Amino acid sequence: MAKLIEVKNLKTNFYTIGGVVRAVNGVDFTIEREKTLGVVGESGCGKSVTALSIMRLIQPPGMIDEGEILFHQKGKVIDLTRLNAKGPIMRSIRGNEIAMIFQEPMTSLNPVFTIGDQIMESIMLHQRLGKDDARDKAVEMLKAVGIPSPEVRIGEYPHQLSGGMRQRAMIAMAISCKPSLLIADEPTTALDVTIQAQVLNLMNGLRTEFQTAIMFITHDLGVIAHMADDVIVMYLGRVVESGTVRQIFHNPTHPYTRGLMNSIPSLAETKEKRLIPIEGVVPDILDVGGGCGFESRCPDKMDICKREVPILTAISLGHHSACWLHAK
Amino acid sequence: MTRKKRSALAVFRESKIAIAGSILIVVVVSIAILAPWVSPYDPREQKVVKRLQGPQADYLLGTDHYGRDILTRIIWGSRTSLTVGLLAVTFAGLLGTCLGIIAGYKGGWIENFIMRAADVFLSLPSLLTGLIVIVALGSGISNVVIAISVALTPRFIRLAHGPTLSLKEIGYVEATRASGGQEIRIMLRHILPNIIGPIAVMATLWVATAIRIEASLSFLGLGTQPPNSSWGLMLKSGVDNIMISPYLAVFPGLAIMFAVMAFNMVGDGLRDALDPKLQG
Repeated sequence: MAKLIEVKNLKTNFYTIGGVVRAVNGVDFTIEREKTLGVVGESGCGKSVTALSIMRLIQPPGMIDEGEILFHQKGKVIDLTRLNAKGPIMRSIRGNEIAMIFQEPMTSLNPVFTIGDQIMESIMLHQRLGKDDARDKAVEMLKAVGIPSPEVRIGEYPHQLSGGMRQRAMIAMAISCKPSLLIADEPTTALDVTIQAQVLNLMNGLRTEFQTAIMFITHDLGVIAHMADDVIVMYLGRVVESGTVRQIFHNPTHPYTRGLMNSIPSLAETKEKRLIPIEGVVPDILDVGGGCGFESRCPDKMDICKREVPILTAISLGHHSACWLHAK
Repeated sequence: MTRKKRSALAVFRESKIAIAGSILIVVVVSIAILAPWVSPYDPREQKVVKRLQGPQADYLLGTDHYGRDILTRIIWGSRTSLTVGLLAVTFAGLLGTCLGIIAGYKGGWIENFIMRAADVFLSLPSLLTGLIVIVALGSGISNVVIAISVALTPRFIRLAHGPTLSLKEIGYVEATRASGGQEIRIMLRHILPNIIGPIAVMATLWVATAIRIEASLSFLGLGTQPPNSSWGLMLKSGVDNIMISPYLAVFPGLAIMFAVMAFNMVGDGLRDALDPKLQG
């Protein structure tokens, strides 16, 4: 498959008073065209910062210090890290080529404008359309995301819509310019489970219809299993394991991924079997030493783990793990 | 957009208080415009034998210590007071809101510069700030407007700055950034409409403050110059003679109170009308 986004050795740091926070510390991954990449990890592991780095929306005191984000656009390759974040090229990519939806559908829509106004705004930012055409297009998008009677809904304010409806409206806004990549940052976390399933199915349907790749950020492994083609598992700003969804779920090799799998409750298990949580807590990101970030919580730790950072090593074709257990 | 405008107007219309306030403002403004025709006497005409009279058939609100008709002087004074109050608050509101939003949204040294400058001005009483500007520019009605604008601007800066700080982190601002919107667009379309409610309400309150500052400046001899009249000037000179004739201070005071109340009522109605949650 054709590559869409290649992230190489991305390092995004935040220069705070307490010290340098290495939120994303040398991350590599590839997003293929029309595929879904799932990004898993717990809070603070750098998932959202990675997404915002691709969008070039990192605000001071944060900045991208190293690495490349290669965007393959109609035969051309653009390194997004070299563009001016506020410049016209980046602005024409944002929203148009790469769109994003956020976790909080409650605050992601401006309360003082109708949803129609807001969808029309993002359409007219990137397409040369008059107001009436943009309005027709907005109705069409609302229909595409499964909002009933879109001609009426278009004139309603965000507070008149339920959470699920708002998230649909957000999705309509994001895909209105047919982006080649849709970054979804925990889009279903704030929704209840039945609505989650509807929104996920909707996104899967739209991916085929609009030929959009999706970067799906979540901490919910069940959602990943349902949505993703490829998966990267992040821990403390690094990718610890990457592979296809099948490889990750059937053969998790990194101790952290195995720990995550063990802490999912299963309906099939007998009730005597207890969940195995991962011991300890995520270390303070300011205190990360020279070794593997997972060393303090790892059941399989060795002497080398304290001293050197493991690099991603191939387990099988397309399946990589960053652990000294697998280093040869 | 048409739908929104209509319903905002509808909410405003439903509020009896807002309508009453609007009517009061229309009446006061019409009287100010029509002053030469509606006032019973010449505002400068002095009748020594009739000085310090109480309300009576000939002089509905009595006369002052030069024997001038108080009603007439209140009508003529409304011209000065309303002009100064409205213009000063409009200028201060426009400038202060813009600076406050820019400071909050941009952050960094721009924010530090604007906010610390505002702090310096806020540490002085508004009257003193006005006084300094008047001393620098000289007296006269347009300088009074400038002086009061300068005195009120820092308040609008503070008022706009706070909510901008929280709004710039909120989802829809981030979402607009993520869809490629320019900064100016975010500030005007997504931040301004969400903070305009409290600013509009405070602006109506600060019309009263502006009228009061004008009064104080006039009292110090730097604002409205006698024999012209303004409500503030009348109130201040009325206070001097309050033991002899309380009407001198009471009636201009009531005029100020009614005008301020009218603006506040409209301000409240405006706030409700601008809140989309109250629109069907």
